[in-house]
Amino acid sequence: MSSGFWSMGGYARYVWPCFGFAGVILGWNLWSARRAMAAARLRAQRALEIALAEGASQ
Amino acid sequence: MWTWFYKLASPPYVYGIAAAFVPWLLSAAALALCYGLVAGLAIAPPDYQQGDAFRMIYVHVPSALLSLTIYTVMAAASAVALIWRIKVGHAVAAASAPIGASFTLAALVTGSLWGRPMWGTYWAWDPRLTSELILLFLYVGVMSLRSAFEDPARGDRAAALLAVVGVVNVPIVHFSVVWWNSLHQGATVVKLGAPSMPGSMLWPLLAMWLGFMLFYGAVLCMRLQGELLNRERQALWVREAIKS
Amino acid sequence: MTVGAWEAFVLIVRRELVLSFRRPEQLLQPLVFFLIVTTLFPLGLSLQLSLLRDISPGVLWTAALLSSLLSLDALFKSDADDGTLEQLSLSGQSLTLIVVAKTCAHWLVSGAALVVVSPIVATALGIPVAAFATMMLSLALGTLTLSWLGAIGAGLTIGLRRGNVLLSLIVLPLATPLLIFGAAATERAISGSSAVGAMYFLASVCVFTCTLAPLAATAALRITLE
Repeated sequence: MSSGFWSMGGYARYVWPCFGFAGVILGWNLWSARRAMAAARLRAQRALEIALAEGASQ
Repeated sequence: MWTWFYKLASPPYVYGIAAAFVPWLLSAAALALCYGLVAGLAIAPPDYQQGDAFRMIYVHVPSALLSLTIYTVMAAASAVALIWRIKVGHAVAAASAPIGASFTLAALVTGSLWGRPMWGTYWAWDPRLTSELILLFLYVGVMSLRSAFEDPARGDRAAALLAVVGVVNVPIVHFSVVWWNSLHQGATVVKLGAPSMPGSMLWPLLAMWLGFMLFYGAVLCMRLQGELLNRERQALWVREAIKS
Repeated sequence: MTVGAWEAFVLIVRRELVLSFRRPEQLLQPLVFFLIVTTLFPLGLSLQLSLLRDISPGVLWTAALLSSLLSLDALFKSDADDGTLEQLSLSGQSLTLIVVAKTCAHWLVSGAALVVVSPIVATALGIPVAAFATMMLSLALGTLTLSWLGAIGAGLTIGLRRGNVLLSLIVLPLATPLLIFGAAATERAISGSSAVGAMYFLASVCVFTCTLAPLAATAALRITLE
């Protein structure tokens, strides 16, 4: 029964890569969004530091 | 009611609700996707024509629908941003573009893997496949245009205009199977009248569709925060936001 | 002295034509490119003329599309570089009118020229003379639509580095319906069946574009000029 599940009626070599690719896309979205958020925070942090430094030096 | 509307134009407000929504949207998406995957892969019976290969529908159709929905959201947000000069619209469009492009790619690849056993070919130059490929090119064009400008505000506006111009492709993708003789099958769910699919197969599909949409919502909120920070770097609210 | 809309239109078209003809090489380049690209296909595929006829509509239209792209960059570029575009936008005349005038002039020297040259190319590809009328009409409609799509793209990409590449990236996906229907119309004409359906499609795409593109192109220019 379980071997029948994995073989997907003989179409396993299409079905599993198909779901696999979809999973890759979902995973990429999460990873990429997290990276973008972190990068934006970093840039905002730097801008804040520069602004404070300028304010202090005036 | 209108105050709620006006609040949506305020970057700090949107930043706040986006941050709050992410965990809820992700959890809901996970639930829907779990049910959809289990029911779709194990519980739904095999199709009498396509056997177990039909199960690819559970990732292909949600991806394709999402690719169109996201473009529409991107175009609508762009139009709002251009007409009423609301910066949050540009942030939503910029955040949506890469997500939409990735799902368009997913639709094309999953469709290709489904096409091979069903039609005997990985690709065909038929109206729906071709117009979906064009959709991918449009996404890439919008993203490239936005990043080509040194002035980010101008880049936002140019990309917004292109997004609006390109939205004409969305109905073409959807109606291509109606207007032309297409290899691709016609509409089974998004059409007038009852869906032409039995319940045991339909419910997992709806769950996957819902799960993908909730997932888009979550990822959009995640990216939106970053996009708002980028556009409002000098503003005071940003200083408070990044401290937390 | 205020100038009426029609006079302004004529003035701008005339100015564009005069400027274009001052540099005849610039006008000839896309046409020569058109000829070269169409010869590349038979050379690369080494087909006999009778077999060439099968792929000729596609080859002709692809070559027309690509050579039109070459000339699109020039639509606004030189005027943007020397500040004339800003002066025109401040002139009090409707910016849409200016855009329409410039695009019409551009089509006259690029698209219309392409249509005139097409019989030569068609003969080289083995397209029968009976199909010429349909072919030229489809090319006329197609290049007009393309000039308008190009106006939107050119308006968005003025002054960008690698603007040319970006322009093609923007215009080509939008231009694929043209390629499909234009080639289909020419194909039907060659095989002797009725090309009316494809021509109607092409005409409707052309009308749709010519109606809405001026608005989009004007908006694009305003974004760039701000």
